[in-house]
Amino acid sequence: MNFFVVVEVTLRHGIADPEGATIERALPALGFTGVSNVQAGKSFRMNIEAENEDAALEKATALAERLLSNPVIEDAVARLAEVHAS
Amino acid sequence: MTRVAVVVFPGSNCEYDALAGVTSLGAQAELVWHTTKDLAGFDGVILPGGFAHGDYLRPGALARFSPIMDAVARFADEGGAVLGICNGFQVLTEAGLLPGALQKNAGLKFLCRPTALEVTSTDSVLTSRASLGQELVIPINHFSGAYVCDDETFERLQARGQVILRYRENPNGSRGDIAGLANERGNVVGLMPHPERAMSTLLGSADGRVLLESFVGVRERVTS
Repeated sequence: MNFFVVVEVTLRHGIADPEGATIERALPALGFTGVSNVQAGKSFRMNIEAENEDAALEKATALAERLLSNPVIEDAVARLAEVHAS
Repeated sequence: MTRVAVVVFPGSNCEYDALAGVTSLGAQAELVWHTTKDLAGFDGVILPGGFAHGDYLRPGALARFSPIMDAVARFADEGGAVLGICNGFQVLTEAGLLPGALQKNAGLKFLCRPTALEVTSTDSVLTSRASLGQELVIPINHFSGAYVCDDETFERLQARGQVILRYRENPNGSRGDIAGLANERGNVVGLMPHPERAMSTLLGSADGRVLLESFVGVRERVTS
């Protein structure tokens, strides 16, 4: 089966996030108040051919840890979005 | 005569400066394309600055999978002298040949200017001919140069004298003002400043010479 998987990569807790901080500082000027803890990250989407959901997620997690993220500074979370008809 | 390989990835852009830098000191050097799998016959390897593989994903993230990196890892393991400058430093951390990582500059600005550095260890292939506490003015030229590592790594780096260069005034938010570091044996070194751009007082500074002189002076494998 073909699964549609989203991998989100965010900076680990305690790692400085200058992008998130800059975005947060810009918001009040645009009239958006009450927004805090803005974090910048990356999102990757892909189709994964696998036996079942678990196998697809396992593959996504493995490739996210090996390539999409740097475990020294980033966390990666893979989730199933929807099943794509291939 | 020392033979130095300067690795060229698609997107490298400081390879000729590095080549000119070490050859001006009497070393023999050649450019080596990143698909090469053999580094036999070389005394030292330089991973130059630039944007290897476009810096896509993260600086160094894709370069670490270039075919030559297995040879670089073997060369380092055998005690060969390996130097990563700027993007090369980022590649070495991504490849796990040096600990930690390089994150976007704290001020989110691309920084291109001379910086004052302090030599904090002479126990490496890059600083063996410098003196402890010596000040060197060498330019930086990067967007992702803030050195990051966990507490345990940081303590270990300091305890073992692996921090070889520190910024006098921290330009980018690097932990512990770290500008350059070495592995435990001192044969693998990485730094964000560009010593190859500080080879002549006519062009602003010749302080990079002592670093590259140290590097090209290495003719044997580092064993301990």
